Amino acid sequence: MFENFIASLMTVEGFAFYLFSILTIGLFLVTVLSKNILYAMTSLAAGMILISGFFFILGADFLGVIQIIVYVGAIMALYAFAMMFFDATRNIKENNTNAPLVFILGGLSALMLVMMFAAPIHSDAIVALYPMTEGVGNVQDVGMVLFTKYLIPFEVAALMLLVAMISGIILAGKKMDNSLTEDTSADDEILITKDEK
Amino acid sequence: MESLVYVALFAPFVGSLFASLFGMSERQIFVGVVASLLLFISFLASALLAANLYITGDVIHITMMDWISAGDFNVAFGFVVDQISVTMMTVVTLVSTIVHIYAIGYMDHDKSFNRFFSYLSAFVFSMMILVMSDNFLGLFIGWEGVGVCSWLLVGFWYHKPDQDRKDNPSISPSWAANEAFIMNRIADLGMLVGIFILYWNTGSLQYDEVFAKLPELSESVLVGAAIALFIGAMGKSAQFPLHTWLTDAMEGPTPVSALIHAATMVTAGVFLVVRSNPLYSMEEVAGVSMFIASLGTFVAFYAASMALVERDLKRIIAYSTLSQLGYMFAAAGLGAYWIALFHLAAHAFFKALLFLGGGNVMHAMHDELDLFKMGDLRKKMRGTWLYMGFASIALVGLPPLAGFWSKDAIIETAFNEHTYILWIMLVITAGMTAFYSFRQVFLSFHGEDRHTALGFHPHEMYKFVLAAMFPLAVLALITGWFMSSYKEFIYKIGESVQYEMSDHTHHLAIYLALMVIFIVLSSITFAYFKYARTGEKAWKRDEEKEQGFFYKLLINQYYVPKFYEEFITKPYAMISEVFWTKIDLKIVDATVDNIAKFFYATGDKTRSMQTGNLSNYLNWMAVGAMILLGVAAISAMIGLGGIDG
Amino acid sequence: MIGLSHYLILSAILFSIGLVGILRRRNILMLLFATEIMLNATNIAFVAISDNYGDLTGQMFAFYIIAIAASEVAVGLGLLIVLYKRHGSLDLDDLASMRG
Repeated sequence: MFENFIASLMTVEGFAFYLFSILTIGLFLVTVLSKNILYAMTSLAAGMILISGFFFILGADFLGVIQIIVYVGAIMALYAFAMMFFDATRNIKENNTNAPLVFILGGLSALMLVMMFAAPIHSDAIVALYPMTEGVGNVQDVGMVLFTKYLIPFEVAALMLLVAMISGIILAGKKMDNSLTEDTSADDEILITKDEK
Repeated sequence: MESLVYVALFAPFVGSLFASLFGMSERQIFVGVVASLLLFISFLASALLAANLYITGDVIHITMMDWISAGDFNVAFGFVVDQISVTMMTVVTLVSTIVHIYAIGYMDHDKSFNRFFSYLSAFVFSMMILVMSDNFLGLFIGWEGVGVCSWLLVGFWYHKPDQDRKDNPSISPSWAANEAFIMNRIADLGMLVGIFILYWNTGSLQYDEVFAKLPELSESVLVGAAIALFIGAMGKSAQFPLHTWLTDAMEGPTPVSALIHAATMVTAGVFLVVRSNPLYSMEEVAGVSMFIASLGTFVAFYAASMALVERDLKRIIAYSTLSQLGYMFAAAGLGAYWIALFHLAAHAFFKALLFLGGGNVMHAMHDELDLFKMGDLRKKMRGTWLYMGFASIALVGLPPLAGFWSKDAIIETAFNEHTYILWIMLVITAGMTAFYSFRQVFLSFHGEDRHTALGFHPHEMYKFVLAAMFPLAVLALITGWFMSSYKEFIYKIGESVQYEMSDHTHHLAIYLALMVIFIVLSSITFAYFKYARTGEKAWKRDEEKEQGFFYKLLINQYYVPKFYEEFITKPYAMISEVFWTKIDLKIVDATVDNIAKFFYATGDKTRSMQTGNLSNYLNWMAVGAMILLGVAAISAMIGLGGIDG
Repeated sequence: MIGLSHYLILSAILFSIGLVGILRRRNILMLLFATEIMLNATNIAFVAISDNYGDLTGQMFAFYIIAIAASEVAVGLGLLIVLYKRHGSLDLDDLASMRG
């Protein structure tokens, strides 16, 4: 067992895997446990980048690039802006009353999932639906499958992103001082109900 | 001819549906008129069918449609118009038509006038199905249909409150309706069993097919079927010991009593026995037939004895119906089916007339039925007096009226069969019939005027009502004259219904008849001297005599209703109470309640989960996800074990 | 040699870390972070399986999960801003208006 571990550590793939694993777990633990949101966000961004490392190891180059662009480029930027908005450097006091329950549940789920995943896979009947094409780069391969077999889901996803973008603009934009629309009656209404409280 | 069959059958149905359209609305005269008119059409169709059958002798069989078709079990909606059913059809539709017209006058002041006609026509429709069906199942449907209509009509004044048995022996219309219905259910079970036995052993329900296979059946099967069917007949025709409902059924409106509980429905039992004559005339079931005859004779005597002391006008007529039904069963049991059927028809006419006359009296006396409160009504109600006197003469059997021919034939039959005990009882009953019939006539229409002092101001019924009763009076007179031609008519069915007196009886017949007439006349004379005289010798109520043993026995109907109440109704109520409080409330209801309480309590307890805090919800969700994961893991393990093992 | 199980176990551990974050934190922003962790954990599992079977379907799924994550962040942050304007706080304990 241990020899296996050492042996696998000696290979490039094994070394990278274990390194990235330890780092990812550590960073995400920081994200989850840190009191400071800024720390949490920074470690989350770092963890995301390391996850793209796994994708590269697994040969999903395109996905790895996407991971970095989307998560670190877009999502993290969004979070950063949001944090500026919320003045999130200020620590929010959180009363974590039932901590034991949380860790028991978390630990139990980890244990159970690990046990399930560690069990040997019996079924040999699994056949690749869209097998990877030999001699073609991952990016080209992905493109072929995505724009032939998954075209409609792709378009739907695009539409979903559009809807999300519009709703994000509307939700956030209306509350900014220079509203994108002239109509501010909805704001007043919200403010009135707030005052009544 | 086929269309005539449908007209005869469905005209009352149309009338019923038409009347039911106006069931909830105000009294509408035209509803009664239309219903009567449709019945008259039905009567015309029946009469045409009868005439056709008489002339050509062609029995009509028609199948309207397939009804039940399940595997080997096939029953069609089929109808047969033969001599037996056409007799019943004509009698039923004729009496119904007259009763309908009568009811237009009688129910004049009732606010449920329209509803009444829809029930009454529905009854006629059911009765037509009963008599016309060519199989036992159709007969049973009609049988149940008339039962339901009888229940609806007896309980027509359902809003009347319950009274004590001492004040009113039938307690209340709704009570009487339920009694009639429940007693008939008991009997109907017997009938169903009989039908099942026949089907089980012959594989058919068609009369022709069943009767054709009878000789192949074993004795026990035949006897069982005969007994079971007769139990059904006993219920519908109110034979002892299922007789108490008939007198209580007099709580219904008088037209109902006349139509259903005198002329038609109660004779369905006799009809059933006559219809099944191939079964009852078999050698193997001679014992059952003898029992039918004996029971009929007993009921004739038994009912007549109770009528001797009864004070209630309608109940007296009801007892006489019971008694006459006994005569019919006596004839049927002795094998003289056609005489039974003939008496049935004749009886329907004069008994309906008698009842309708009674209804007139009741109408005039504002629903007072106590004979002791009447007296000397003939001056104010001459028409009714004539009708009732006439009908009574027909009932007691004086020539040349209808009752004489048919009843005398039954008494002769009893003599002819050498069943002298039955014969003597029937002769005595004839005398008793004469006495109570004329006691009732004299007490109500003759003697001292007792009603004026009590504040009654009777008035005669409407003219059209009296006119409508006239055909019944004519029929009560002339029916007997056609006895020989009827005999010729019905003999065409076959040997099983044919019955001839022996030569010996034939010679003696005139003396037997004279003897019966003598007994009847002397009874009437006795009744006249006791009840009809005025002045000093006028009848006085004798309180002391009413305390006598026999009087009390008879007025309490031999304590049979009391016996039923004490030994059947009350224990049953007690058992029901136990079942209710112990089993239903404590077990059945409690189970249901506790299930509901469990869910309620669960909801109440777990409501605290709804804190409104998302974090708590997420915790719960995680717990649930864990449980699901656990289940998945365990089932996967079990599944793996299965594959590996 | 690094096999499929290694990646799956890593994915399970990361998923549990995300779950702990979701259960433990009261700050809604932190809940969003934890959600991202869980989504990424599943992504790893998908890609690993895709690699194992030589099938692109897993990667396709991962793409859509990323798209969903991006949409979720956009809408979620917009909602958070509205919430913050109304309540002045992002603490879940202050948001118990649906108490039953």
